[in-house]
Amino acid sequence: MLQRQFLSELAFSSNGKESVMDKNARVVKVVNLTKRYRSTLAVNGLSFHIEPGEIFGLIGANGAGKTTTIAILLGLVTPTDGEITIFGLDPKRHRRKVLERMNFSSPYISLPHRLTVLQNLTVYADLYGVRNIRSRLDDLCGKLGISDLLKRHFGQLSSGQKTRVAIAKALINEPDLLLLDEPTASLDPDVAERVRSCLLSYREEKGAAILVSSHNMQEVERICDRMLILKQGKKMIEGTPASIISRYRTKDLESVFIEIARGEDN
Amino acid sequence: MSLRRIFALSRRHYYLYKGSWPRILELVYWPVMSLTLWGFLSLYLKQIHVDLPAVVPVFLGALILWDVLFRSQIGVCMAFLEEVWSRNLVGIFVSPLTPLEFVIGQLLVGVLRTLAATFAMVLLAALAYGFNIFTLGLPLVAFFANLIIMGWAIGLLVTGIVLRFGQGAESLAWAIIFFFQPISAVFYPVSALPQWLQPLSWATPAASVFEGMRALLNSGTFDTALFLRAVRLNGVYLVVGAAFFMLMFRLARRDGQLLTIGE
Repeated sequence: MLQRQFLSELAFSSNGKESVMDKNARVVKVVNLTKRYRSTLAVNGLSFHIEPGEIFGLIGANGAGKTTTIAILLGLVTPTDGEITIFGLDPKRHRRKVLERMNFSSPYISLPHRLTVLQNLTVYADLYGVRNIRSRLDDLCGKLGISDLLKRHFGQLSSGQKTRVAIAKALINEPDLLLLDEPTASLDPDVAERVRSCLLSYREEKGAAILVSSHNMQEVERICDRMLILKQGKKMIEGTPASIISRYRTKDLESVFIEIARGEDN
Repeated sequence: MSLRRIFALSRRHYYLYKGSWPRILELVYWPVMSLTLWGFLSLYLKQIHVDLPAVVPVFLGALILWDVLFRSQIGVCMAFLEEVWSRNLVGIFVSPLTPLEFVIGQLLVGVLRTLAATFAMVLLAALAYGFNIFTLGLPLVAFFANLIIMGWAIGLLVTGIVLRFGQGAESLAWAIIFFFQPISAVFYPVSALPQWLQPLSWATPAASVFEGMRALLNSGTFDTALFLRAVRLNGVYLVVGAAFFMLMFRLARRDGQLLTIGE
């Protein structure tokens, strides 16, 4: 609890950025979020919140509504109904202020292949208004072990290297809220472990909140403080991984996931 | 609005061209090829004493100005399509870059591409055919500006369509401008068109520009009325193009198409 409070304080003071949010505000607060695409209900009355310094897992089978929820938080998709506040602000009205303090990574998006890693990161540093780009890149690339890749074209990298560069892009502005859609999908266990360690140390260092969507239940169990399982756009259960396992009386989260996915959720 | 974010987009395209000689070649290849073809045709027409006033300047001037319009439009579209092809659009749209800054960045890239291609054409026209387009004087700036703006407006229209209907519509980026070519009176006066088509022709800013260019080459006078007509029409075109893009952007967000574009 004390650690959470400490991280919470850090979240508001990191980077020396001007804080426009209420100090007690939750990083993310979603109330009754609904998204309908014609006849499909992608997100159905979803409510949750994320505290400062918390790693929150958004879990569900394919098509459960995870990506849509993340896309709504990022402003890529407009919700049909519901309320969202990020850093205590309405992201519709304060889009730039909110996005300056967020970042996102997903294996389904990429960076320009013909640009070098350094060029890609420099462009994004400019887009996010990063000061002292050179020292920020030195620090970040050192931590992620990609300093020797800076002059290589992004398209020439292996998938593990690309993921680390994408994580570097996602951390370039030292976000207070990081959204990660399947951050370790298609990575070998070694690289996946490095990515997880990097995320955990970033959270420790900056007190940032991280929202992770993943199909890897061991990963969720290991890094998430709290999690939510979605099915057909609807919240099935929310809590700490341990409390969810104990409520379902199963041996691990994977069994809970399978039980929910197959419809035996009660 | 942040100039830094706008220039970041331009810089991204500068890096792309700096590291890709096929892209640089493509930038000047088509303009140079068409100028070569039309240059020989103009010389031939001059040789056989076709009864046309200032045949070389009229054709080559028209060709260079047409290419300004085409390059401006394709430049805006390419700036957008490069992001789609590299699956970088989502990364850009979730950054603090606003849609307006994105549009301005696209327009700027369009202008830079246009200037590069036009420079190659102007140089070739002067060296190979002895036609110096700068003899048109200051009005040349007015012609260029009007055509660049019309190119922007059409580019935004195409970008909006691709945003909404996906990559299946991207061939419009190359095709749409050729809808405007016959009615823009590029190589012949508006009066050469059938009567029923002439109002449509006058509804394009390009027709006023090309009529203005011919008037300047033939009589040495700059027709202010034609210029102002082109400016007014461009105002309308640009507002419609930008509004259409913003509407398509809003609908794409509503229907989740920003997530799937490029897949």
